[in-house]
Amino acid sequence: MTPAPSFSPVARVLHWLMAVMILSMLFIGLFMASSVGPGYHRLVSLHRPLGIAILVLALLRLTYRLRHAPPPLPDDLPAVLKLAAKGSHILLYALMIALPLVGWGMLSAGGYPIPLWGNGVLLPPILPHNPAVWSWLRSAHTVLAFTLFGLVLVHIGAALFHGLIRRDAVLESMTHRKRSE
Amino acid sequence: MVAKSTGPSRSALRWLGVAAAPAALAFGFFWAGGWFSPNRVTQNRLMAELHDAGSYGHGFRRAHAKGVCVTGRFDASGAAASVSKAAIFREQSVPVVGRFALGAGQPYVADNPATVRSMALRFMPKDAPEWRAAMNDPPVLPLRDAQDVSDFFSSQRLDPATGKPDPARIRAFGATHPWLKAAAEKNAHRVVSSGFADDTYHSLDSFLLVAENGTKTAVRWAMVPMQPVAPADAATAGRDHLFQRLIADLHDHPLQWRMVLTVAGPHDAVNDPSQSWAQDDRTIEAGTLTLDTVESEDGGPCTGFTFDPLILPPGIIPSDDPILQLRSGAYMRSFALRSGEKRGPSAITPAMTQAPAAESEKKS
Repeated sequence: MTPAPSFSPVARVLHWLMAVMILSMLFIGLFMASSVGPGYHRLVSLHRPLGIAILVLALLRLTYRLRHAPPPLPDDLPAVLKLAAKGSHILLYALMIALPLVGWGMLSAGGYPIPLWGNGVLLPPILPHNPAVWSWLRSAHTVLAFTLFGLVLVHIGAALFHGLIRRDAVLESMTHRKRSE
Repeated sequence: MVAKSTGPSRSALRWLGVAAAPAALAFGFFWAGGWFSPNRVTQNRLMAELHDAGSYGHGFRRAHAKGVCVTGRFDASGAAASVSKAAIFREQSVPVVGRFALGAGQPYVADNPATVRSMALRFMPKDAPEWRAAMNDPPVLPLRDAQDVSDFFSSQRLDPATGKPDPARIRAFGATHPWLKAAAEKNAHRVVSSGFADDTYHSLDSFLLVAENGTKTAVRWAMVPMQPVAPADAATAGRDHLFQRLIADLHDHPLQWRMVLTVAGPHDAVNDPSQSWAQDDRTIEAGTLTLDTVESEDGGPCTGFTFDPLILPPGIIPSDDPILQLRSGAYMRSFALRSGEKRGPSAITPAMTQAPAAESEKKS
């Protein structure tokens, strides 16, 4: 039995780094959006640079992904699951990029200064001031965050399904380095 | 290699393994959102309490709903530049957009001198990040933390039978919050001025100023009127008389305030806006605010913004006063709600803020 090739080290580092960042971000976001303190300001101040870091990493990762094909899915995986895998990954990439942009855009439309670090380094607005757009994007930010969280849960469940139920090489392709011969 | 298990219990365990991690994360996520802590004071809970206390909503601010926009400038004296590196404390003619309002949540409420009055400002230096400040006229805030605020809002809930807050609930709030008694009494005994122009507006919360060398100084500040102060007169005519007087004043002459910083002394509570500070604290005259134009909120420059007191420039940072964070979060929520709603006309219409051309022609 030839072991299936793993994701490259670059792909794995990006995956696990972003996994930690995105999960932290979702928890920080949900907590702060319902909170009025005492950690509120600190969390909001962390949320912005972390979101921008995720945006930059997601764009790098998308570029890398388009140039480096991932290991193929097992041949015996039913077509419907292959389709689900492909579709959910496209959606994950879309949300990783869309959520920070919606966050940046909503603060722009709300007329908020957008401090990236401390209160001296500001991001420029990416949308003109428009309170209705701010309100709409603020709601969209919540809906998209919940969608991303749901998708992350499905993603984790699917990875464990591969690892524990099907016991194929899919989970290991992201956890271990395997020699491809 | 591990032998493939065939027993149904092993299989069930594996499926449990598949479900456990996502379930644990989902649990944590809902915990973070407050689903399992019904007593936590959240942004939505404060909005609901304001609604139950008669806040009008429908596109208006959840509190301080009736207001007008003003513009002008701030000229620093330079005296505060040694304690804060903020551009505002050394520059001249910093553009200012502001808003005067009544503290109530009803945009069509009749003016009453006893209602809390507020001044909110955006200082917008050309070459530095802006600073937003929202101030009220009572000298202290009779609320110490998020729980106090929530308890207070709940105590103001309108009784459906009378359409007014239940006096018993208000008394109960006082009785169960004895630590706020001194602040409430201080505010009750304040001198109520005749209008917006001769009023003093207080930062309420404390902030830390950061000097060029990193030294931090805890301060509160007040905008002290340069107009002569007259006490409110009992005979008050018209639903909008406070605003009409402000508009008339601004069309007649610019209004000015001195920005006075009060430096915390060794015994002053920086983290509790309900505590008064010592009378002999050092003060710094930071500069002069001059306001010279007034506009209705309908189309005015102050409407589509929130005066979040944590929008701060380099040189000013939040203190550990918990009310600051509460205001920041609650203002954001109120701003998001009202910006998505259809808004009716403001009580103070564009026609009312026009220069009284007809009258001045008659006079001349």
